[in-house]
Amino acid sequence: MTPVLEVADLRTHFLTRAGVVKAVDGVSFALGRGEILGLVGESGSGKTVTGFSLIGLVDPPGRIVGGSIRLEGRELVGLSQPELRRIRGREIAMIFQDPIATLNPLLTIGQQMEMALRAHQRVSPRAAAARSAQLLEQVGIPSAAERLRAYPHQFSGGMRQRVAIAIALLHQPRVIIADEPTTALDVSIQAQILHRMRALARETGTAMVWISHDLAVVSSLASRLLVMYAGRLVEEGPTAEVLRHPRHPYTAGLIASLPAMAPPGAPLRQIPGSTPSLMSLPPGCPFRPRCARASAACAQMPPLARAGARAWACHRPEEA
Amino acid sequence: MSGTGDSILRVAEVERRFVPELGLGDRIAGWLGMGVDARPVRAVDGVTLEIARGETLGLVGESGCGKSTLGRLIAGILPPSAGEVLLDGQPVMRDGRKVTTRIQTVFQDPFASLDPRMKVGETVAEGPIAHGLTSRADAPAYVAQWFARVGLDPEWAGRYPHQFSGGQRQRIAIARALAMQPDLLVCDEPVASLDVSIQAQIINLFLELRRDLGLTMIFISHDLSVVRHLADRVAVMYLGRIVELGPTADLFAHPAHPYTAALLASVPKLVLQEGSLVEFSAIEGEVPSPLDPPPGCHFAPRCPRAAAACRAGRPPMRDLAPGRRVACLFPDLPPG
Ligand SMILES: Nc1ncnc2c1ncn2[C@@H]1O[C@H](COP(=O)(O)OP(=O)(O)OP(=O)(O)O)[C@@H](O)[C@H]1O
Ligand SMILES: Nc1ncnc2c1ncn2[C@@H]1O[C@H](COP(=O)(O)OP(=O)(O)O)[C@@H](O)[C@H]1O
Ligand code: SF4
Ligand code: SF4
Ligand SMILES: [Mg+2]
Ligand SMILES: [Mg+2]
Repeated sequence: MTPVLEVADLRTHFLTRAGVVKAVDGVSFALGRGEILGLVGESGSGKTVTGFSLIGLVDPPGRIVGGSIRLEGRELVGLSQPELRRIRGREIAMIFQDPIATLNPLLTIGQQMEMALRAHQRVSPRAAAARSAQLLEQVGIPSAAERLRAYPHQFSGGMRQRVAIAIALLHQPRVIIADEPTTALDVSIQAQILHRMRALARETGTAMVWISHDLAVVSSLASRLLVMYAGRLVEEGPTAEVLRHPRHPYTAGLIASLPAMAPPGAPLRQIPGSTPSLMSLPPGCPFRPRCARASAACAQMPPLARAGARAWACHRPEEA
Repeated sequence: MSGTGDSILRVAEVERRFVPELGLGDRIAGWLGMGVDARPVRAVDGVTLEIARGETLGLVGESGCGKSTLGRLIAGILPPSAGEVLLDGQPVMRDGRKVTTRIQTVFQDPFASLDPRMKVGETVAEGPIAHGLTSRADAPAYVAQWFARVGLDPEWAGRYPHQFSGGQRQRIAIARALAMQPDLLVCDEPVASLDVSIQAQIINLFLELRRDLGLTMIFISHDLSVVRHLADRVAVMYLGRIVELGPTADLFAHPAHPYTAALLASVPKLVLQEGSLVEFSAIEGEVPSPLDPPPGCHFAPRCPRAAAACRAGRPPMRDLAPGRRVACLFPDLPPG
């Protein structure tokens, strides 16, 4: 099966006055049709910049300085903004963490959905309204036809995020990048949205990159998992397998530090130190200062090693 | 600890109302000629609680249910509209002012809670000097002691907040609270803005401090796994009211209130078997507007068990089993 999205050695850097921030520095993966891929990592590890790179929304001083992004075989790196605009929203769409930033407070939900629809399609206002209402129903907004006349502030956070999801679904894109779409929401609303999204991926064949820092969310949604640390991909594999037997010490540390992994009241396993600044990364493995397994070899950058469906970037991986 | 021991804090029939300020959305709605709502919100609606000395009470519930407001009422930061909060029998506020230093708070955002222009050592020393816990001359040694206690290098007292990471800033905020030598610490989402690996460090610090200093804690969090790990007892809030209260392990294993059960069921769990895709059991609908809470039991519009009686009046809080209290007419009974 040919993947819908193929990313190879993606590198996105920010050329700031203070220095070069290597926000994404070597990310590769392939995404199959209808597949949900989980992308996890701590704040600042480059998840959002990866997502923005995929839909061609990196603003200066940021720039894709290397690598390739192929959407159904077509190279996106190097396309002009007008060319990207024709693809964005239609073939690949993004849902942002903050739905408030996505929606215009001065326009009704219906007006915004109509605009998004007309960006790529000729439709009558009546057809636009019908399609919008249908999508709102699909993401679980009751009496959708009436809600089209509402303004964003009349919706709760969970409802706004559903609208953002409905907009992302308007053109039945091949790929949706979802950047922590439920992080700001309550667990009950999160459960509703996760339920819908999984059903949609199944029914429409839309593939998704689901960005999150919550391993439990990703484990219940994604069939495969990517772990980022300091701008790099450090581990990849089938989700449950990675969670059961992580190979990279950072992945292992993350899982072990979850409260659910210790009996109540017992000290949690912790990773010492904190995430490094991407501006002054030491040479070699970026996890080295925090890693209990580090050895002299780790002064060299570990390459991504592959074995079957698994991959890891570590000189001394945990036992398989 | 079950909360039946020696009580340190008593919250009696506390209520807090707010008249909402107009936000940007409301102002835009105003320009567009839409009606704007200015009815009071009952953020905390008749809460009664006792906390035992040395116990950690977890306070959980969804956004806007009144956790922070209750925390601020207990900490004496916010005066109640009705009812009272008593620490060892004495009110924590008098004439709208906090009159005890024995309750201190730690908040979610370590960035916002520290003055960016003050050296962190001065921030920590300020309160203790003002309340005579240390003198200006002894302050550096006093601060160094608390820095060491929370795992910070005492040498760093001369630095400014921006020179620290999020986790370190939270340690500074904890040192500042502890330097007041409180008996009760109110922690409002203290690990919510931290990364998982840093979160574990701070949770461990709380475990250690509680053991070594015998602190009583109120731990507010929307993250149930954190509360399950730290709390002896848990109070579940829904729309301004406590709907269930009980020992942590018991309450997680056998929730009695339909809302508690639904809340626990919607928490995603770590799935370790491929193919075992869990079905997300979602509560239908959303939390109703606090401006217009439904009559009777606030959970009735979403409750699969709701009956006419539930809408007739507020379900009273009653004892189900030792230490277990629930405000529901048709609760699930714990076994035994
Ligand atoms: N100063 C205020 N003015 C007006 N309304 C307020 C004020 N503070 C809180 N409220 C309202 O009181 C209710 C409870 O708010 P509170 O901040 O206590 O909730 P919370 O449970 O802490 O939520 P979160 O999980 O989002 O922190 C909400 O409806 C909120 O909008
Ligand atoms: N506009 C920008 N200018 C400079 N650095 C940036 C910019 N945007 C993001 N970065 C940096 O890129 C890195 C990755 O950021 P991000 O992708 O947002 O992380 P995540 O989403 O994983 O939390 C961070 O170090 C961040 O500070
Ligand atoms: S390469 Fe070395 S330092 Fe890096 S994660 Fe592996 S063992 Fe640790
Ligand atoms: S009182 Fe009635 S409506 Fe409320 S939670 Fe209990 S059963 Fe449901
Ligand atoms: Mg991000
Ligand atoms: Mg709060």
